Amino acid sequence: MLPETGQIALALALAVALFQGILPLVGSQLNRTRWMLFADRAAILQAVLLIYAFAALTIVFIQSDFSVKLAAMHSHTAKPLVYKITGVWANHEGSILLWVLILALYGAAISMFGRSLPLSLRARALAVQGMLGSGFLAFVIFTSNPFERLFPVPADGLGLNPLLQDPGLAIHPPLLYIGYVGFSVAFSFAVAALLEGRVDAVWARWLRPWVIFAWSFLTLGITIGSIWAYYELGWGGWWMWDPVENVSFLPWLAGTALLHSILTLQQRHSFAHWTVLLAISTFSLAMIGTFVVRSGVLVSVHAFAVDPARGVVILALLLFFTGAALSLYAFRSGTIIRRTQLNIVSRESGLVINNLFLIAATVTVFLGTFYPLLIDAITGEKISVGAPYFDLVFAPMMVALIAVMAIAPMLKWREDSLSRYRKIIFRAGLFVLAAIFLSLLIGRSVLGAIAIGFAAWLIAGTMITLFRRTGGKFSRLRRQPAGTWGFVISHISVAIFTIGVTAMSIGAKEDVGRLLPGENLTVAGYTFTLGELGQGTRDNYEFMGANIAVTKNSRAVTTLWAEQRFYPVRGMVTSEAGFRPSFGATLFAAIGDGGTGADVSKGIIVRAYYQPGVVWIWIAALMMAFAGFISMADQRLRLPNGNERSAPIGLGSGTLVAVE
Amino acid sequence: MNNVMKLIGSLIFAATLSSPSLGQSQIEYPDAIEIRARDVGRQLRCVVCQNQSIEESDAALAADMRRLVRDRLLAGNSEDDIISLMRDRYGDYVLLMPPVQGNTIVLWAGPAAMIFLFLLWWVVSVRAKPVQPSVSTLSDHDAAKLAALRNADL
Repeated sequence: MLPETGQIALALALAVALFQGILPLVGSQLNRTRWMLFADRAAILQAVLLIYAFAALTIVFIQSDFSVKLAAMHSHTAKPLVYKITGVWANHEGSILLWVLILALYGAAISMFGRSLPLSLRARALAVQGMLGSGFLAFVIFTSNPFERLFPVPADGLGLNPLLQDPGLAIHPPLLYIGYVGFSVAFSFAVAALLEGRVDAVWARWLRPWVIFAWSFLTLGITIGSIWAYYELGWGGWWMWDPVENVSFLPWLAGTALLHSILTLQQRHSFAHWTVLLAISTFSLAMIGTFVVRSGVLVSVHAFAVDPARGVVILALLLFFTGAALSLYAFRSGTIIRRTQLNIVSRESGLVINNLFLIAATVTVFLGTFYPLLIDAITGEKISVGAPYFDLVFAPMMVALIAVMAIAPMLKWREDSLSRYRKIIFRAGLFVLAAIFLSLLIGRSVLGAIAIGFAAWLIAGTMITLFRRTGGKFSRLRRQPAGTWGFVISHISVAIFTIGVTAMSIGAKEDVGRLLPGENLTVAGYTFTLGELGQGTRDNYEFMGANIAVTKNSRAVTTLWAEQRFYPVRGMVTSEAGFRPSFGATLFAAIGDGGTGADVSKGIIVRAYYQPGVVWIWIAALMMAFAGFISMADQRLRLPNGNERSAPIGLGSGTLVAVE
Repeated sequence: MNNVMKLIGSLIFAATLSSPSLGQSQIEYPDAIEIRARDVGRQLRCVVCQNQSIEESDAALAADMRRLVRDRLLAGNSEDDIISLMRDRYGDYVLLMPPVQGNTIVLWAGPAAMIFLFLLWWVVSVRAKPVQPSVSTLSDHDAAKLAALRNADL
């Protein structure tokens, strides 16, 4: 009975979303207040219905009701409760349902927190949310129904993929989706503003926290995914330039550009075109991120044909929403007045360069990810684009970006002169030279030292900017707005990130060998000695593991426990690496071979890694997300109370004036 | 990172993990060969894996390819020789760094061209003269009205 009610809730949600997509839009065109107000109620109702549907599916999983096909395919009675719950979104149907649920929750949040917005703007934005909701709800109901029944009912389920039975992967998809889908708010408001013919500072001020929120969650999601891949896949890598990683990185890059554009729009009434276009493209990339991967097109173009219904519907939805938004922009961009006034040395100019490099980086990653598919589809030629390509093409763009990042925040808006900064640049230069010299001594790598130099440049620039904003007075530090702290922490994080990546690139050492207990590998002065193998059974898997004692100069450093797990339900083997994270060098060991029951008399494969700085990569990424949350607390992002909000500050009402 | 792809990649990983020929040839070779071999290996795709180089993969084929790289290096072949040998055998697909040729020109020239165009655009737009906010001139009718008002007795 429960699955059927969930099914009905889904259908009702689709109906509500359809009305939400049409009625308020017509209402705002005809200036009918009641029709516009309908958007608020519809958004909340849609969210309530989807919460119900999602809860119903969760209960199905908890109760192990295998008469529901999805549960039978992806769950199992012998599974810890937490993984029964996370199993809900560890599959295609459930994760799309989660996606739609988050979309509806954002819609409800707009209607609840957006009461201060002009009614027609809110109604239009919610209508766009309703259209997105109806598109993807129809996709769920007609091609990916999570509540489909199964008959005869199997005695037990097929179980969740063991790789997903991990705390990291349990929270990774929700975080990522909160990020991805959060950009739908920017998308909806961009479309609504185009319809209104008004993209102004008030609009930007209201929208900015939502963009920051989505961006921060996306950052968290990507970071958790990276950490998970690190210890679960046991390759000792934090980023593989895998197509799946790349598609989550694309909205991040575009979102970062959006973040900076919307800031400029809010503070300077400029970058309106940038902001609208980036809002549209960021969410489009987020849709690509979710759905292109879900359709299997990334595995190979041929997988696309395996399930043409899903693939084609996804492609159609993507093309429709992106195409419609861009066409609207083409028709209505005239309403965004462009006043060109960009001085070569000004903060705006720095932000333009920031946008240009981030967009170039986005396009590069996009090309590298999708070009092989395109070529294969067109000519049948198979090529690979892997880490060496991305390292070569992507890294220089980031280096150029960092060079500008150190200076731009220091510059004045509108117009500035570099000659004012001669002394500062000289001092920062000395700091950079010292950093390069030191890292040459330690790392003995020219490229590494140059990279560290750029990081030092960024740290110097950021700290000097903070110093100048406080006038060098400690007491004024506390009076800095939250936004300043967000900027300082996030930019310093980029420097730390760079240092971590550099340390990893030049300092990481590894070795692999087939060892018998008592034998060892030596990596970077650390001796990894394999201990006796142990075997056993836990929850729903068997394991074979070993202690690997690490010593340096005969002194014990740590003992790592690495194991292989065998999941009988799926007949799968996974590896759990043992590692000792450290602010210095992380020691990491993984064992491979056969799983339990294999012949281990000839020894097992041991991979030993010495990875300096890898932890800082994640710390920096988490700091970036944290910086986003701090920025959201900025008082300047609050709209004043009262009804005068609909009038743009400092601008005439009516058409908006934007400096571009 | 989407879990499905990771999952599929890892399925392959896990499946290959249990294959018997997990020969890790590295340990048998001199250090100098080993260091060069790893640089070569990172450029070569394990053609049966999901986006892994032969150095990262535990697949049997990757192990064979690793051994081949090392044997060739021992036999005195250069890095380029080995890469072209692998390319002859497995096609362009084996190269993680796509070769510069007709069907990859977009990949190689695209980003550079884009940056060039962007910077060009930037230079052009920063040089552009600021557009003066339009000062509306009065129509004859309004001017006459204004004049009349000014002349009017107050």
